[in-house]
Amino acid sequence: MTSQPIRYRLRISGALVLAVVSTLSFAQKGKYDPNRKDVYAELEKAPKKAATRSNPLDHDPDAAAAGANLYDQHCAECHGEFAEGGRKGPSLRADPVHQATPGTLFWILTNGVVRRGMPVWSKLPEPQRWQLISYLKSLNPEPKPSE
Amino acid sequence: MSMLNLRFTIGFLVCLAAVAFTLPAPAQESPYIVTYDHYLEEPGSLEVEYFSTFGTQRQGNDFHAFWMEFEYGATAWWTTEAYFDGQTTFNDSTIFTGFRFENRFRILQREHFINPVLYIEYEQTSGADKILKEVEGHDVEADYAVPNGIARKEHDHELESKLLLSKTFRGWNVAENTIATKNLTGGNPWEFGYAIGASRPLALKASAHRCNLCRENFIAGVEMYGGLGDRYSFGLRDTSHYLAPVLAWNMPSDWTLRLSPGFGLNDNSHRFLLRWGVSREFSSFGDTINRWLGGRKP
Repeated sequence: MTSQPIRYRLRISGALVLAVVSTLSFAQKGKYDPNRKDVYAELEKAPKKAATRSNPLDHDPDAAAAGANLYDQHCAECHGEFAEGGRKGPSLRADPVHQATPGTLFWILTNGVVRRGMPVWSKLPEPQRWQLISYLKSLNPEPKPSE
Repeated sequence: MSMLNLRFTIGFLVCLAAVAFTLPAPAQESPYIVTYDHYLEEPGSLEVEYFSTFGTQRQGNDFHAFWMEFEYGATAWWTTEAYFDGQTTFNDSTIFTGFRFENRFRILQREHFINPVLYIEYEQTSGADKILKEVEGHDVEADYAVPNGIARKEHDHELESKLLLSKTFRGWNVAENTIATKNLTGGNPWEFGYAIGASRPLALKASAHRCNLCRENFIAGVEMYGGLGDRYSFGLRDTSHYLAPVLAWNMPSDWTLRLSPGFGLNDNSHRFLLRWGVSREFSSFGDTINRWLGGRKP
């Protein structure tokens, strides 16, 4: 016969296991879907004031190299090693990103797209976010299908 | 310290140094040990953390409390975490003291002037728990002088809620946590506490070359925390408070090392708390689980 404390502990353990499995399952429900047409729609939402900001590190020769290191550390996991897009994040070489102003990209980086799975990156100091933008702007755009 | 402990500590530090100097790519973790900022775990990432607190104890034996944390980014707005606590009281015993299950929810989608996060935790601990992860109500040093054999007979089931407010500006992070806790066993009143912290990386720009000891990999700051009494006796009377400088080294390969010497600010506080922690982030943990659960292939 199972004693009362053991039954209680089993119940608690069962509830914990259930909570963990539910959490993991919930977390894996698709957040980013590459087939959605509005993958880049968030770029349009940047306020005008933010979008018109220029990159203060535009003339810093080391900015893109530092940005490349930061990209490897924080972005490549989702957006792919060469920013070509990954399972969790869209391509950052695509036309909408390439056409976006530095200010717009900075705004997206700062605020994230939380409901689609992109965290806010304001924990990176502002100069590091601009270094990332310098790197993204240094990338060649991905070729169009007809090319 | 016994010879075995000394060898273990030296071995551990050598391994840590070896890992630190051979692998690239640091994470960017906050230096706080008690205070929370508004940054959640990245979705799909699992952070495994070990923390340790050495505390001096008047009218009792000094102690070493420790806990493991498993922190998982369920979504970009929800982080869930499990803790397992234990402690060694010198000249007494080493015991497991309970577990905690915590969830943090980001309330607002974007960054604002102040960013609120809701924190809810259920904890099932014994009276011998000494990790001092938060100080609340009328928690005072004398509570921790009880021998383990007696203290462990007390079982607490607590519901703890916090409102985390945080802001990062010009590299500085400032965070404030308001704590409200209800012990679900017995007729205990709601208890309150606070934690505040400020921190900044030693350099704001990243280096163009990868490096281990670059200033941007270090974040320094200070945190202060303490109790605010309970529903019937709110205030600073019979409460304890601590001030603790904090330093985090975001080491290569997603390892983070934290160190924080804490000092009691009044006679109700432990005179000295030395905390340190090491954590490792596994950013592809969610993908692995996804594969196990039969999710999409890359």
